[in-house]
Amino acid sequence: MRHTISIIVANQPGELSRIVGLFSARGFNIETITVGKTLEPAWSKATVVTSGDDRTVEQIIKQCSRLARVREVKAVTSLPHIEREMALIDVEVKSGTERQEVMSLVDIFRAKVVDISHERMILELSGTMDKVDTFIDMLQPFAIREVTRSGCVAINRLSRLMTDEQAERAAA
Amino acid sequence: MEYATQTSFAETEQAAVDNPRTQVRGAEILVRSLIENGVDTIFGLPGGAVLHIYDEIWRYRDEITHYLVRHEQGAVHAAEGYARATGKVGVALVTSGPGATNAVTGIADAYMDSIPLVVITGQVPTAVIGTDAFQEVDTFGVTLPIVKHNYLVRNVEDLENAVNEAFHLASTGKPGPVVIDIPKDVTAALCEYRKDRVRFLSCQPVQQDCDREMLEVALDKVLSAKKPVFYVGGGVVTSGASDALTRVVETLGVPVTPTLMGLGGFPTAHAQCLGMLGMHGTYTANMAVAESDLLVAIGVRFDDRVTGKLAEFAPDAEVVHIDIDASNVGKIRKPQYPVIADARVALEIMAEMLSRRGTRDHRERLGAWWGEIRKWQEAVPLACEYSEFEIKPQQVIETLYQVTNGDAVIVSDVGQHQMWAAQFYPFKRNRQWINSGGLGTMGFGLPAAMGAQIAVPDTQVIAIVGDGGFQMTNQEIITAIQYKVPLKVLIMNNGYLGMVRQWQEMFYERAYSEVDLSISPDFVKLAEAYGAQGLRAKTPGELKAVLEQGLEYKGVTIWDIVVSKEENVFPIVPVGGASRNMILK
Repeated sequence: MRHTISIIVANQPGELSRIVGLFSARGFNIETITVGKTLEPAWSKATVVTSGDDRTVEQIIKQCSRLARVREVKAVTSLPHIEREMALIDVEVKSGTERQEVMSLVDIFRAKVVDISHERMILELSGTMDKVDTFIDMLQPFAIREVTRSGCVAINRLSRLMTDEQAERAAA
Repeated sequence: MEYATQTSFAETEQAAVDNPRTQVRGAEILVRSLIENGVDTIFGLPGGAVLHIYDEIWRYRDEITHYLVRHEQGAVHAAEGYARATGKVGVALVTSGPGATNAVTGIADAYMDSIPLVVITGQVPTAVIGTDAFQEVDTFGVTLPIVKHNYLVRNVEDLENAVNEAFHLASTGKPGPVVIDIPKDVTAALCEYRKDRVRFLSCQPVQQDCDREMLEVALDKVLSAKKPVFYVGGGVVTSGASDALTRVVETLGVPVTPTLMGLGGFPTAHAQCLGMLGMHGTYTANMAVAESDLLVAIGVRFDDRVTGKLAEFAPDAEVVHIDIDASNVGKIRKPQYPVIADARVALEIMAEMLSRRGTRDHRERLGAWWGEIRKWQEAVPLACEYSEFEIKPQQVIETLYQVTNGDAVIVSDVGQHQMWAAQFYPFKRNRQWINSGGLGTMGFGLPAAMGAQIAVPDTQVIAIVGDGGFQMTNQEIITAIQYKVPLKVLIMNNGYLGMVRQWQEMFYERAYSEVDLSISPDFVKLAEAYGAQGLRAKTPGELKAVLEQGLEYKGVTIWDIVVSKEENVFPIVPVGGASRNMILK
C-alpha cells in the first residue's frame, strides 16, 4: 500500500538527511521525496511517498514525530487528497508520423510540448504518479532519451468526503 | 598545522581587550553555558580542535572538574556511568576526527539505553570543512543515527542556544545523547554571552500528563484480570517511578517482573517480584508472562531479548502499554490500551485513582494465580550448586552481596557475568544496577563504574567484568588512580569469552572458535603496575576473605577471581524460541 506523508521540518542544514537517515535506518522505503519552502522561511515541507502496511506508516509517523526539528507529520493519504507529480520527458521523433502520434498522446494526457528539434521533443506532464507512469509507458514505442520526474507532492482536499476504500481503512 | 582561519590566543586576547565587557570567545561561552546548566564534572581528552575549549576548562577549573581519561570511549562510558548513577546529564569532551570516532561506541550505547548525555566534539575550522583536513571526520553525519539530536555549530552566535537546548533535549521526554560538534574557529570567535536559557526551537513538548480515561479503563482491566503481570523496564528507573510502582502493585497485589534495564526499579526481594524475565530471566517470570491474561507493560519496548518468539510472548494476554515514547507503543506488539506517558506520572495517577476507588484487598482475588506462581517458584528456583574445588561464578555474586550488605552500586560489563550479576544480586533500589543493556558493549563496565563512583562518592561502586571486556578498557584504571577514585573491579576470570563459548557449546556442537583467553596478562601484576591493589582468589575457601580485603582497601582494587571455566548461564531461551520452552540446565 502506497502512502504519502508530509513533514514540516526546520529549514536548517542537515535536517533533511536526518529524515532520510531515519527512513534507511528503520528500513522504511522511500519511493519519492520532495522538499520545498513553506510560507514561513524557517520551515520546509518534505513530501515522502512510501509503501508499507498501516503499522509501518504508523511507525514512520511516530518516528518522524520524535525528531527535534520536526513540527508536524501528516499522512496525507489517510484523508481525501490531491497528489501531483511532474515529469519532463525527452523523446525521439524521427518522422512526421511519429510526431503526430506523440502529439495525439500529448493531447490525450493533457501534456505540453516545452521544446522541440527536428528529431526530438521535450514533453511536460503533471498528474498523479499513475498517470505519469501510464504516459511514459505509452511513449515506450518511441525512443525515450531521458525522463526527469519531480517526485510527488500532495495536499488534502477541502471536502471531507471519503472514498469507500479510505473509509474502510480509517475504520480499521 | 596552521590554518588561515585560526585565531591565535594573542589575537583573541587583544580583541577581548578591545571589547572588555561583553565579547568573549566561543570556548568561554561553551564552558559558561555548561556551568549554567549545572555541569561540574566533565570526562574528556584534549586535541588540536578543542585547544581553545581546554584553555577555558583550565580557566574555569574551580567550577568544573575535568577527568582526563586515556581513551575517548572511556570518557563517554564514564559520562554514562555518571548519568546512570544519578539521572543527571553526563558530559564528555573530545577532539575532532579520531576523538569523535572513538566516542561513537559510547554515544550509541547511551542511545540504545536512553541515557542523557551531552557529548562535545571538536571540529576542524569551518573554512576547511569538507576538504579532508587533518583530523577531519563528518561527526554530524557519523553520529546522526545514534543521537537524540546533534548540532554542527557554524556560528558562534548559535552556540549558547545549542548548549541550552542540548541539555533540555538530553534530559526530557525519553532521554538520550546529544552531540555538539564545534569547529575550532567558532570556539575562538568572539560573541556576547547572554546567559539566556530559554531561546530554543525544539518542537517536542515535554509530556506532563496522560490519557486519564485510558488509564481508568486499564485499571478496570487490571482489577478484573485473573492472571495479570506487571512487566516493568528502564522507563521506571529513568523516571524515578519506584515508589509509585510499589504503592500501586502492593495495593493491587499483582506480580511484577522487571527487565534487565528495570532491575532496581522494583526491589528484587519483594514478595511480589518474580525476578527478571527474558532470555536469562527466571522460570517463574517467563511462565507467568506466558500464562498471563493481562500484561501491564511500563517503560519497556518489547525487546527481542525479552520476548523471544513474538507470537508466543504472552499469547493470551491483552496489553496495557505505558511509555513516554509514542514510537515504542505498537512498534513490536500492538497494545489494546496504549498510554503515552512518563512512567512515574502514570503510576502516580494510577495510585490516586486506586485510593479514590477505596482500598480493597485485591490480593485475595488473585489467590489462584499466586498459587500457580508459587508452584513455579518452588519447582525451578534460581540456584547454583557450589563446588568444593572451584569457585562458581554465581557464588561470587552471592558472596559479594553478603560482604556489601547488598548496598553496593553494581556496574556490569557484558557477557555471562552480567547475567549472573542480574540474577544473583537482589537489587534494593533505583539506579543500584548499571549495565549496557541495549547495545551490549563489552568494555563498558570499568569506565562506567568509574563515572558512577565519581557521581556517588558515598556509596561503594563495584564493576563486575569478564576477563574479555576488562581488557577492552582497562586503561582507565590509571584515571581512577590519578583522581583517587576508590574503584573496585571484580574480574570473573574464566579464561574464555564466556557467553560466546556457551553458545558455541549449546548451539555449535562445542566448536570453540576463537574464544580462548587463557593467554592473558597476570591481572594482579597489571593492577600493581597501575598502582592499584591486585588480589586473586582461586578456591572457594579464600573467596570471602579476598573480597573483604579488597573492600577494606581505600584505593583502587582489582580482583582476579578465577571461576569455573565452563559454567553456563541458565535458564536460557534460545534465540527465536518461545520463552516457555526455556532450557533450564
